[in-house]
Amino acid sequence: MSERVAVRKTYKLFIGGKFPRSESGRSYLVQDSNVSLASRKDARDAVVAARAAVKGWAGATAYNRGQILYRVAEMLEGRRDQFVALGASAAEVDAAIDRWVWYAGWSDKLPQVYGGANPVAGPYFNLSAPEPTGVVAVVAPESPALLGLVSVIAPAIVTGNTVVVAASPSAPLAAVTLAEVLATSDLPGGVVNILTGRLSETVPTLAAHMDVNAIDLTGVADAELAAELEVKAAENLKRVLRPAPADNDWYADPGVTRMTTLLETKTVWHPKGV
Amino acid sequence: MFEYAPAPESRSVVDIKPSYGLFVDGKFVDPTDGGSFKSINPASEEVLAEIAEAGSQDVDRAVRAARQAYEKVWGPMPGRDRAKYLYRIARIIQERSRELAVLESLDNGKPIKESRDVDVPLVAAHFFYYAGWADKLEHAGFGPNPRSLGVAAQVIPWNFPLLMLAWKIAPALAAGNTVVLKPAETTPLTALLFAEICQQADLPAGVVNIVTGAGETGRALVEHPGVDKVAFTGSTEVGKAIARAVAGTRKKLTLELGGKAANIVFDDAPVDQAVEGIVNGIFFNQGHVCCAGSRLLIQESVADRVLESLKRRMAQLRVGDPLDKNTDIGAINSAAQLARIRELSEAGSAEGAERWSPPCELPDRGFWFAPTIFTGVTQAHRIAREEIFGPVLSVLTFRTPAEAVEKANNTPYGLSAGIWTDKGSRILWMADRLRAGVVWANTFNKFDPTSPFGGYKESGYGREGGRHGLEAYLNV
Repeated sequence: MSERVAVRKTYKLFIGGKFPRSESGRSYLVQDSNVSLASRKDARDAVVAARAAVKGWAGATAYNRGQILYRVAEMLEGRRDQFVALGASAAEVDAAIDRWVWYAGWSDKLPQVYGGANPVAGPYFNLSAPEPTGVVAVVAPESPALLGLVSVIAPAIVTGNTVVVAASPSAPLAAVTLAEVLATSDLPGGVVNILTGRLSETVPTLAAHMDVNAIDLTGVADAELAAELEVKAAENLKRVLRPAPADNDWYADPGVTRMTTLLETKTVWHPKGV
Repeated sequence: MFEYAPAPESRSVVDIKPSYGLFVDGKFVDPTDGGSFKSINPASEEVLAEIAEAGSQDVDRAVRAARQAYEKVWGPMPGRDRAKYLYRIARIIQERSRELAVLESLDNGKPIKESRDVDVPLVAAHFFYYAGWADKLEHAGFGPNPRSLGVAAQVIPWNFPLLMLAWKIAPALAAGNTVVLKPAETTPLTALLFAEICQQADLPAGVVNIVTGAGETGRALVEHPGVDKVAFTGSTEVGKAIARAVAGTRKKLTLELGGKAANIVFDDAPVDQAVEGIVNGIFFNQGHVCCAGSRLLIQESVADRVLESLKRRMAQLRVGDPLDKNTDIGAINSAAQLARIRELSEAGSAEGAERWSPPCELPDRGFWFAPTIFTGVTQAHRIAREEIFGPVLSVLTFRTPAEAVEKANNTPYGLSAGIWTDKGSRILWMADRLRAGVVWANTFNKFDPTSPFGGYKESGYGREGGRHGLEAYLNV
């Protein structure tokens, strides 16, 4: 009897909760697969999807967002073999799952840790609270493909931002597979959008996009490109996370800066009186 | 309007020197290239003093002095001792408060009651507040080992000269950084008096350096490779240029930029209180306030009543001598700013909005602009979109809370907003939806050193004030 012929997977983009091919009809061969080669138009479409998702996601309760991030960890746990098959070490998958759990718990704690009442010198109620900045463009690190990706997506979305992620061009399969995890985790469509392909095509569009509020340049290894992108980002004063050092330890405690850089602090005053 | 006898504050308390050098490494020094400019009193156009203009070599000298002080003195100094210097400065500011207030009003044009009762007390409070943080940084919530950044380059505007200096210098020094600060070219005098206060406090040389000059001096400062931190308050246009200039560097950047705040009045708001808030929102400091409530949104059903009351109130505002204690509205800070206010106001009329000012006699000399409102303003008008930075209010109306939110957020800015209503749940509902860093409900233009201030969107990033304000000066 002949051996069964395997059903291969088509790796596509992840935009607005759906898996479209690139509107350009292009793909590129990487990791022995054809992967969508996203265009500038795909990047703009992804921003539209991300913007549409802001109201619902930022407006969701912190408890709800926390549960959904925890659900992502549950789904990832169940699919760990898929990521190992794509080349991730067991330790990397473990760390990626644990990172979702870690960030899930922050959803309803960061506002308490990072906000609070201010003792102003007068009869006023005065409260500061963090709010999501909106749509965040994210350049995922080249490697580790899964842990690096999770480490940039989770801190951006846990507080209520939505993201457009440019995946690692040399190892995009983990990103597309993570999209399948996200799609089955009750995460509303458009909260995470993933573009595969060349950074030089999609990222300048995202950096210059006037409806993007912040940009995370973590995965931009080329210092000159990073500076160019930061210049583009200045046009509407995007909040900027600068590139991570090449020797960044992705297994270390991430701290809160990735979350807080993508937050706005709103302070509300009201007089006290009868 | 009934008459008051003039009640001018004496200027004899201030001793203005004919000329001032740069404050570098604890001493006043002449600039390398010998350039200078004049600072004038905008209420009389009288020249107050000749001010040194720092060129790039002078900026370099100041940055090196700051670096030296950071590495040798201020950086290694225990927080406990940094705190004591800052407390000392706060106390000297309180002791010399009248002098500072008079000098601020002379150089800036703002009414003495404002510099005396708002600006200078807040300056002292700011130093006092941040002094207390200097030895408690590890408890500030930024992790167990927050570190200072190094040398901070700080560029401040002319609308609150001494207060903006305090917002910049106090947290920077508390966090263990040293600074080079450039005051605005039209209002350098209180910063130079502050330099004398640093000397009086025996603050180690080089911890605070003041370089005076205009845009070129500021550019040389923020672009200097020896600075680790850039903090700027001013226009959004310049803020963007600075963001581009620091791209690709290690410099940490915070920006506090322009605004076009909506002040939203609902039909259940107490009209008299709301009108006081509207007046305070747009006419405080001649409207030279980045968070000014320059777009008034009135619920349609009460628009006529609110406007009638507002006009009646505006007719009581006294415009004139900034040193007179009765004065509500002082002088416009400069001829250039007056020209900009006039240009935008003329655009308001040309685009079809209706202009109104109370009868108002303006002095012959100096730069003056009568308090002005425009009604019939649409969201497309320039006066509804662009920051005027003067005593000019654009009035729009709305019907539903959702429409108010839509109109309020319809701007690239996001610095502040005001809400006037008696309904608590509506305040919180609105506050959640307004994309602005400071929301004043049933009040306006309130500031406090413990309360974070700063913008969303193109009003900048980072916060000044409170625990949040420390983060701008720490490596966390």
